[in-house]
Amino acid sequence: MTGPTNAPSEQPGGGVPAAAPPVGATSGAPAEFPPASGAGRGMFGIQGSGDTSGFGGLVRRRSSVAGSERPYGGYFDEVCDALEEAYPAFADAIEKVVVDRGELTLHIKPERIAEVCRVMRDDEALRFELCSSVSGADYLGADERRLHVVYQLTSMTYRRRVRLEAAVTAEDPHLPSVTAIYPTADWQERETYDMFGVVFDGHPALTRILMPDDWEGHPQRKDYPLGGVPVEYKGAEIPPPDKRRSYQ
Amino acid sequence: MTAGYATERETDEGKVFTVTGGDWDTVVGGTDPLTDERIIVNMGPQHPSTHGVLRLVLELEGETVREARTVVGYLHTGIEKNLEYRNWVQGTTFVTRMDYLAPIFNETAYSLAVEKLLGITDDITERANTIRVLMMELNRISSHLIWLGTTGLELGAISIMLYCFREREYILEIFELVSGLRMNMAYVRPGGVAQDVPDEAIAKIREFLKVMPKRLKEYEDLLSGQPIWLERTQNVAVLDVTGCLALGVTGPVLRSAGLAWDLRKTMPYCGYEDYEFDVPTTPTADVWGRYLVRMAEMRESLKIIEQALDRLKPGPIMVADKKIAWPAQLAIGVDGMGNSLEHVAKIMGQSMESLIHHFKLVTEGFRVPPGQVYVGIESPRGELGVHAVSDGGTRPYRVHYREPSFVNLQAIPAMAEGGLLADVIAGGASLDPVMGGCDR
Repeated sequence: MTGPTNAPSEQPGGGVPAAAPPVGATSGAPAEFPPASGAGRGMFGIQGSGDTSGFGGLVRRRSSVAGSERPYGGYFDEVCDALEEAYPAFADAIEKVVVDRGELTLHIKPERIAEVCRVMRDDEALRFELCSSVSGADYLGADERRLHVVYQLTSMTYRRRVRLEAAVTAEDPHLPSVTAIYPTADWQERETYDMFGVVFDGHPALTRILMPDDWEGHPQRKDYPLGGVPVEYKGAEIPPPDKRRSYQ
Repeated sequence: MTAGYATERETDEGKVFTVTGGDWDTVVGGTDPLTDERIIVNMGPQHPSTHGVLRLVLELEGETVREARTVVGYLHTGIEKNLEYRNWVQGTTFVTRMDYLAPIFNETAYSLAVEKLLGITDDITERANTIRVLMMELNRISSHLIWLGTTGLELGAISIMLYCFREREYILEIFELVSGLRMNMAYVRPGGVAQDVPDEAIAKIREFLKVMPKRLKEYEDLLSGQPIWLERTQNVAVLDVTGCLALGVTGPVLRSAGLAWDLRKTMPYCGYEDYEFDVPTTPTADVWGRYLVRMAEMRESLKIIEQALDRLKPGPIMVADKKIAWPAQLAIGVDGMGNSLEHVAKIMGQSMESLIHHFKLVTEGFRVPPGQVYVGIESPRGELGVHAVSDGGTRPYRVHYREPSFVNLQAIPAMAEGGLLADVIAGGASLDPVMGGCDR
């Protein structure tokens, strides 16, 4: 062929450049033209290439949580005021206050968590007698301090709930244990250590609880390899969970 | 590998660990069995009276327990991790398998958390909420019946077990009529319930309400005046309110110590504030008190069920939002309950768009706005809490279950140490642990 290669009429392909994606692949919601409103994204909020085949792999979206401004509403202002009054290092210890879906979350500096818990339990205006739950969440990729430890406190006197959250890095996952204040945290901290590898300093016996003693790794971390073996079914191979096609 | 830990070996299928009993040498290492007064007894994980696979390592002096250590984790199935790889609706089929004696509670707590994340808590229909309450209270009775039957069996009263299982079977038949399954029903779904309660089930529940008070009376006739039962339960495994709160123990055990803390009253959900019922307590804080509390709770549950039946008005059982409501409809076929053929024909025949909508909702699922919530409900064993985190996707980012069995089991040393070996059984049973829930 001697003529210019991009002359449309001379080629059987109609002049479509070879590198271009097949027609229709991006017509659902082109990445370069994100719709202005949620309504424009169709029924299932498609973004990006609109590839719902899932072969693009497992994509996790991340969201950063913004702090809330006063007034927080409900009993949340009272709780914060009471804590500020009873706890002199309030300004230093509290990183962020988040009010979302009718729940109050106090983001605490990890090294202060035990002190804050003690005040939350003992102060007469707070009285969070029950530590309902201690667990973790791994926000991989969102922040340097990706491992969050979450404490759900319940005040039986005032019938209130508060969530405390402390974030640590995976390299130095240390924070004080609250077992001296809430003995019920014993097993729950062990579970959090088991699943996330967060080390609670001062815990009486921080060992694995759900996984076998000699298990390697911390399964609830987001970068923990899923493993799994491909399963053959009627001649076709089903890949392990993390290699499977999935909607993002 | 550390000495004394579980051994491992390579096989074609990968590494295989031999876990159970692998630490026995370290446990008994410090004692001399011939001259020491103290002996160490390993109870479980296969002991019949440890309610599943609970292992207790007991240090005994004669018959007195000096030290009790609880080992759990034998039934860990990684449900919380699995949830992160399924969509939000599929989660119900997983969580229902956690505490297998209280599946409806697991589902409801999960659904309430998802609904709170979606911000549709107030859109749940009246009928769906009433059905949830109805099913939860039936489930509470069936769970308490298992407790009564197994505890009776463990303390030497065998016939009570037979009667309790008989009535429990009746409740499971009701569940089967309603949901198609006796256990692990995945019946309560985010947005409502899977399907409506059929009329036969209502009739069967009415029948149950008539029969059950008499049966409860029979149980009490069998046990309450029985000298052995009294000896084995009164002043055994005492745990007062301070101890309960410190150890995080909730539910009937806390109420048996005298604190009327019941989330149905104190932090109501599913419309419990509109029902009339009492929160039974006892001041004894022992196994006997826990027996009285659970018996009284079954009567209160009957009261709630009766009220729920009365307020069950026709109406939708799913939220109106078609982007969330699971578009399924079940019917009884020749091989049991499954997708209704008419419904499938309707979807397939109606329009391309509704077929696509159905397909997308079932395969991909709905999106949940980013954020985190904690929801606690009163399960038969205490506060069942769900901490759910969403990253805005179609699957949970993290779901944690605050399992009452797991938390309550921490109280075993406090109840058992200093007491007799036989009372370990009574104390452990009085916590009503379910290992499927504990280990998840």
